[in-house]
Amino acid sequence: MIVPLVVGALLGLYLSAGSVDTTIYLHGLLLTAFCVVFIFRVIKSDGETGGPADPNSSINYNDAVVRAGVIATTFWGVVGFLVGLVIALQLAFPVLNLDLPWTSFGRLRPLHTSAVIFAFGGNALLMTSFHVVQRTCQARLAGGWAPWFVFWGYQLVILMAATGYVFGVTQGKEYAEPEWYVDLWLTIVWVVYLLVFLGTLWNRKEPHIYVANWFYLAFIVTIAMLHIVNNLALPVSWFGAKSYPVFAGVQDALTQWWYGHNAVGFFLTAGFLGIMYYYIPKQANRPVYSYRLSIVHFWSLIFLYIWAGPHHLHYTALPDWAQTLGMTFSVMLWMPSWGGMINGLMTLSGAWDKLRTDPILRMMAISVAFYGMSTFEGPLMSIKAVNSLSHYTDWTIGHVHSGALGWVGMVSFGAIYFLAPKMFNRERLYSLRLVSAHFWLATLGIALYAAAMWVSGILQGLMWRSYDALGFLEYSFAETVDAMHPFYVIRVVGGGLYVLGALIMAWNVYRTAKGDVRTEKPYVDALAQPAGA
Amino acid sequence: MADKHVDQLSGIETTGHEWDGIRELDNPLPRWWLWIFYACVVWSIGYYIAYPAIPLVSSYTKGMLGYSSRAEVHKEVAAAKAAQADQLQAIADASLEEIRTKPELLEFAMAGGKSAFNVNCSQCHGSGAQGAPGYPNLNDDEWVWGGSLDAIHTTITHGARNTQSDDARVSQMPAFVKDGIFTREQAGQVAEFVLSLSGNATDQAAANEGQQLFEDNCVACHGEGGVGTAELGAPPLNNDIWLYGGDKATIVESIANSRAGVMPAWGKILDDVTVKQLTIYVHSLGGGQ
Repeated sequence: MIVPLVVGALLGLYLSAGSVDTTIYLHGLLLTAFCVVFIFRVIKSDGETGGPADPNSSINYNDAVVRAGVIATTFWGVVGFLVGLVIALQLAFPVLNLDLPWTSFGRLRPLHTSAVIFAFGGNALLMTSFHVVQRTCQARLAGGWAPWFVFWGYQLVILMAATGYVFGVTQGKEYAEPEWYVDLWLTIVWVVYLLVFLGTLWNRKEPHIYVANWFYLAFIVTIAMLHIVNNLALPVSWFGAKSYPVFAGVQDALTQWWYGHNAVGFFLTAGFLGIMYYYIPKQANRPVYSYRLSIVHFWSLIFLYIWAGPHHLHYTALPDWAQTLGMTFSVMLWMPSWGGMINGLMTLSGAWDKLRTDPILRMMAISVAFYGMSTFEGPLMSIKAVNSLSHYTDWTIGHVHSGALGWVGMVSFGAIYFLAPKMFNRERLYSLRLVSAHFWLATLGIALYAAAMWVSGILQGLMWRSYDALGFLEYSFAETVDAMHPFYVIRVVGGGLYVLGALIMAWNVYRTAKGDVRTEKPYVDALAQPAGA
Repeated sequence: MADKHVDQLSGIETTGHEWDGIRELDNPLPRWWLWIFYACVVWSIGYYIAYPAIPLVSSYTKGMLGYSSRAEVHKEVAAAKAAQADQLQAIADASLEEIRTKPELLEFAMAGGKSAFNVNCSQCHGSGAQGAPGYPNLNDDEWVWGGSLDAIHTTITHGARNTQSDDARVSQMPAFVKDGIFTREQAGQVAEFVLSLSGNATDQAAANEGQQLFEDNCVACHGEGGVGTAELGAPPLNNDIWLYGGDKATIVESIANSRAGVMPAWGKILDDVTVKQLTIYVHSLGGGQ
C-alpha cells in the first residue's frame, strides 16, 4: 500500500514542478498531500482498517468505511442541491451570475451536475455497495486498506473536478467534464473498487450471489468501460490541464451520448436498483416479489440500455439508422425498466400498512414510483415525433429531475436513514417525524419542479416551432426566454423545498450520530417494530 | 442454503435462498408486463422493416418507406418556400411605395418584416423596437438617418460605421474634450445649453455660457436651435428623445468623448426581399416619414 502512495506523492510533486498552468500546479500538490496524509494514516493505524459497527457482530465487517460513506453522501447531497438552487436562481434572475467568471452559470452548472450525480450519487453507491456486498456475502470487504483508498481517492476526484470547473477547466463533455489527469486518477480508483467488490464476492459464505450485487457489478464494470472510452484524449502537454478528444464530429457526439445515456442507465439506474433490492426488502421485512422477474429484467435491462444513447441525437448529423436504433431500443427498454419497479413495489405486498407508520419505507416506495414514472417518460421522449418537440427544452430538465430528485435522491435518503443508526451503532434514528417532514418537503418540491418544467418545456417547444398564417416564425428567441420566467421562479421554490428537506436530513443524521433521540409522538407500531427490524 | 421455506404471509414457497434475512418469492412474470414487452419488440422489428435501420458494410438498410430525415427537411423547406414564392416575387418586383399601397402585399411584408426583426434586430433594438442606450428607439418620430422609406432602406442595407459596406452611414462628431477643443467646464456649459433646448436645464447661467460655444461648434451639424440634420446623421437635440440618455452626465460624456454606434450592413447578410420587408415593418412602427 505504501509504495504506490509514495509514487503518487512524487508524481504529484513532479506535475506541480513542471506545471504549465495553475490548475495542474494546485492539483499536483493536492495529489501529493492526499498521498502523504494517506501514508501517515496507514503507518499510524498499525494495520487496523475498520471494524464492525456492532461490537457483537460475529463477522468482522468493515463498517467504518460505510460510516464514512454516510457522512460523505449526506454532505455532498446538501452541497450539490444548494449549488442546484443557486443556478436555478441564476436562470430566473441572471444578475446573480455576479459578472464573475467563477460564479457564472456556465461553470456552476457542471459543478451542480457532478456534485449531485458523482459526489452525492457516487458516494451513495460506494456506501451502499460496500454495505450490501458485505451483508449479503457474510464476508468482510476484501483488500485491507483498498476500500479506504477507493473512498478517499474518489473524494479526491470530486475535489479536483469541482475546483477545476470553477477555474474554468473542462473538456466540454457533459457529465464527463474533468480533464485527462482526473480521468486517469478515477480509472485507478475505479479498478481498485472493482477488485474490492469482486474480492468480497469471492469470499462470500452464501453460494448464490444476491440480485443487488448483480446490479452493483454491472454498474461498476460498465462505468469503467464508458469512462475509459469516452475520455480517450490527448493532452496538449503532460504538465497542462488541456486535452483534445481522439474522436471528432458526429463520432465524438455519439461516443459522448453513448456514455451520457449509460451514465444514467448504469450509474443512476442499475446501481440504484442495487440499493432498492437490498434496502426495500430489509426495511419492509418482506421477501423479494419475484426471483424470475429479477433475472429477466436484469438481463434485458443490461442488454437494451447500452444501445439507447443515440436518442440524444435525433434529427442531427447522426445517420438515420443510428437514430432508429436509439429510439427502438429505448422503447423496448420500457418494460425491462418497469420490471424493477414491479419487483420493488410488489415486495411491499403484505407490508402496505407499514407505509402509514414507517416514513423511511414511504420514502423508498415513492422513489420506486418516481422510477416508474421517469422510465415511462424516457421511452416516450425518445420517440422521434415527441422528441422533435421536447428536445433542447426544459421538458428534458424536468425529466432528468423527476428521475434524479425522485428516484435517485429518495432511495438514497432511504438508505441513509436505514444506515445511520446502524453504522453509528445507535438504538434508533434521532427522529422519524423529521423523516416524515423530509418526505413531504421533498415530494412537494419535486412536484413543483417537475410540473413547472413540463409546462415550461412544452410551451418553449411550441413557441419555437410556431409559424403564423403567412409562414413566418411567430416568436423571437428572447420572447421564448421571457415566457419561461414564471416557471423558473416556481422551480426555485420547488428546489428550495428539496434543499430544506436535505438540511433536515443532515440534522437528523448528525443527531443520530451523536446518539440523541428526539422526544416525539411515536408512530403507532414504530415502537413495536423498530425501523429495519 | 436451499432449504424448503414458505413465506408465512402469502403462503408461497420461497426460492429457499437467504441473504442477511432477505428471501425471494418466485412469482411468475406479470402477463401484462410480458405482453407489452413483446409488443414493443414486435413494433421495433416493424419499424426496422419500414425505416432505415441496420448498418451494413458501406451502407445501411433503407427501409420500405424510403424515409430519410434529410430528404424530409428538404421537402418541408421547399414546401414552405413554395407557399411564399408568389408573394416574395411580388415584393421583389414592387417598389417600397407600391408595397405600402397594396393591402395584400403590405400584410405579407409586415408579417415577414416582424419575423425578421425578431430574429435579427431585437437583440439591440429590443423585442418591441423600443431601443436601448446607444440603440435608437424605432417607435418614435426621431430618425438619426431619416425616416422615409428610402432612408430606412439605405440604413438597413448598409448599416452604420461598419467595415462591411462602403456605403455605410458614417458621421463623426468630434470628441470635444479629448481632442482639446473644450475644457471639461465648457463641455458642462454646452450640456446645460443642450438641456435648455428641451426645457430641462438646471443651471440657466451655465446654459447661457454654453450658448455661444454651441453656436460656434455644434450648429453646423445639429442646426440652429438643435433641430438636427438627418442627412449628416446629426440628431435633433431640442426634444426629450435621447440616444444615450438625457441626464447631464451622459450628455457631457457624449460631448467630451463623442459616440460612434455601429450597425451591421444587413444587405450583406439578408436577401433583398427580407430587407424590403424589414423596411416596411420598421417604417410602420411609429414615425415613418
